[in-house]
Amino acid sequence: MGASRFKLPSPDGFLGRSARGILSSRKATIAALVCVLLLLAATFGPLLAQQNPYDLSAINLFDARLPPMSPNSNGGIYLLGTDAQGRDMLSAMIYGLRTSLMVGLFAGLVALALGTALGLVAGYYGGWIDALMMRLVDLMLGFPAILVALMLLALLGQGVSKVILALVLVQWAQFARAVRGSALAERNKEYIEAAGSLGLSDVRIIFGHLLPNCLPPIIVIGTLQVASAIAAEATLSFLGIGLPVTEPSLGLLIANGYQSLLSGEYWMSVYPGLLLLITVFSINLVGDRLREVLNPRLAER
Amino acid sequence: MIVFLIRRLLQSAAVLLAMSVLVFAGVYAIGNPIDLLISPEATQAERAQAMHMLGLDLPLPLQYWQFLVNAFHGNLGTSFVFNQPAISLILERLPATLELSLLALIVSLVVGIPLGLIAGLKSGTAVDETIMTGSILGFSLPNFWQGMMLIMLFSVWLGWLPSAGRGETGQILGITTSLATLDGLRHLILPATNLALFQISLVIRLTRSGVRETLPLDFIKFARAKGLTERRIVFVHVLKNILIPIITVVGVEFGSIMAFAVVTETIFSWPGIGKLLIDSIMNLDRPVVVAYLLLIVTMFILINLAVDILYSLLDPRIRLGDA
Repeated sequence: MGASRFKLPSPDGFLGRSARGILSSRKATIAALVCVLLLLAATFGPLLAQQNPYDLSAINLFDARLPPMSPNSNGGIYLLGTDAQGRDMLSAMIYGLRTSLMVGLFAGLVALALGTALGLVAGYYGGWIDALMMRLVDLMLGFPAILVALMLLALLGQGVSKVILALVLVQWAQFARAVRGSALAERNKEYIEAAGSLGLSDVRIIFGHLLPNCLPPIIVIGTLQVASAIAAEATLSFLGIGLPVTEPSLGLLIANGYQSLLSGEYWMSVYPGLLLLITVFSINLVGDRLREVLNPRLAER
Repeated sequence: MIVFLIRRLLQSAAVLLAMSVLVFAGVYAIGNPIDLLISPEATQAERAQAMHMLGLDLPLPLQYWQFLVNAFHGNLGTSFVFNQPAISLILERLPATLELSLLALIVSLVVGIPLGLIAGLKSGTAVDETIMTGSILGFSLPNFWQGMMLIMLFSVWLGWLPSAGRGETGQILGITTSLATLDGLRHLILPATNLALFQISLVIRLTRSGVRETLPLDFIKFARAKGLTERRIVFVHVLKNILIPIITVVGVEFGSIMAFAVVTETIFSWPGIGKLLIDSIMNLDRPVVVAYLLLIVTMFILINLAVDILYSLLDPRIRLGDA
């Protein structure tokens, strides 16, 4: 197609810029490495874990509440101790990480897709669509995320799909606002005008030409929102209105360990909490670095 | 100005109306309202009578109207568990949440502003790096887990501070509060710290970017040229300039603190409205849940309205542009 000749501000380079940005900071490099490791652990979790913590035949009630480094009845070692049901904490944590990451990533990506599409449309068309959409965004951002999620789950009840729905609903507005901002700035540039004068359809212009040039803020916000989705899900699950007991995420593991904390059996809540913290912290560190690298306003300084 | 005020008030009313439709839809249309609003122990005859009394045999728009009229009269139903009007139940618990949130807000300003100042003034140094990494850590710390760690450290291991409840309360200006007694204050320390930590991170970031934006400005250069001491420049000229946006953002954040109090109150068994909400959700005490949601939404809309009006008073550009 002749249209490709008019894609002047080439979107490539920003991926390279992100990678270089992360690698040039030791902190961000370590954080990114940790993220990759966690993702691998979650993906191959069942192969790594020494037991399936939700297979009732695999757990032994006599092994309940053992402190870290206790010997296992089958000759192994409970590295991080066991919980009140006799589950190996480390295995339970690996499975919990899987659930947490899955819910957080999925919710973050859906919110990204929805918010980006709405933001692009608002920014490209302007006018009343834009006005209406931004009113809605202001409304959503006027309420703290945790409150909106609480409201929704209080009304709908708990469940995986409902938690994801709640997370998407509180997060799309962040994407919509940022993407609309860059779309607005890009809309009047010549390459969009050129694409329009070639008779390309609006859909093609928005997703083929406008979208690639709005990617940097999407990537930055996407990273930070995944972290906040994971943290929010954990909080909701801790409060008992998030994921059901059949899908134990890290938040639920911590909640289970809460009762034992007061009697000094710290490992049931400390270790899953540390894993949650490391996960959210590393993602946030990477996101923060990406913001520094990709945000032209900051780069000037 | 009056046009702006009227327009802004109408907007708030519209938002409130939209929210009431949502809450109504959530409770009356999605769930089965009979199960939600009538105690499950009721007999068949009682159910029929209650349905008639609550107007549940009416068509949906009429029901919504009834719900609105009742809400305007402050009648948001009676708690199944406490057998007392939901609204009075909430108002009774409100002081506990307010004192906790207020203290957390003050702590976040007192700790956050100096740290943000240091980071902004020593921008790019190791000190700055440490403070900023610390603030990301503060953002990343799951609030509920951090609270549990506070309990573990200061209550279970060290035994210094109590971990649950409000302690002894006293009266200040007719309001029962833990701020009035020493025991109450001791009980406040851990929950307030827990609630403040996230806000501290926010205040640090705001202050630091404010300082970095203010320092290169002409009036600071002028102050330097005039030979003012660095101390005077920082504490009078820089601070005065960045304080307004910080206070505004933190003012809006007060609502967010109150929402997060749900988590803090659950961990520290603090008898405020947040714990009441969670207990009510667990006990399926729907009238209390509805009352809480409507009340907190109203409060939020009022806070946002107040901030907008304040802003328009401070900055005429907002009023003149399309609101």
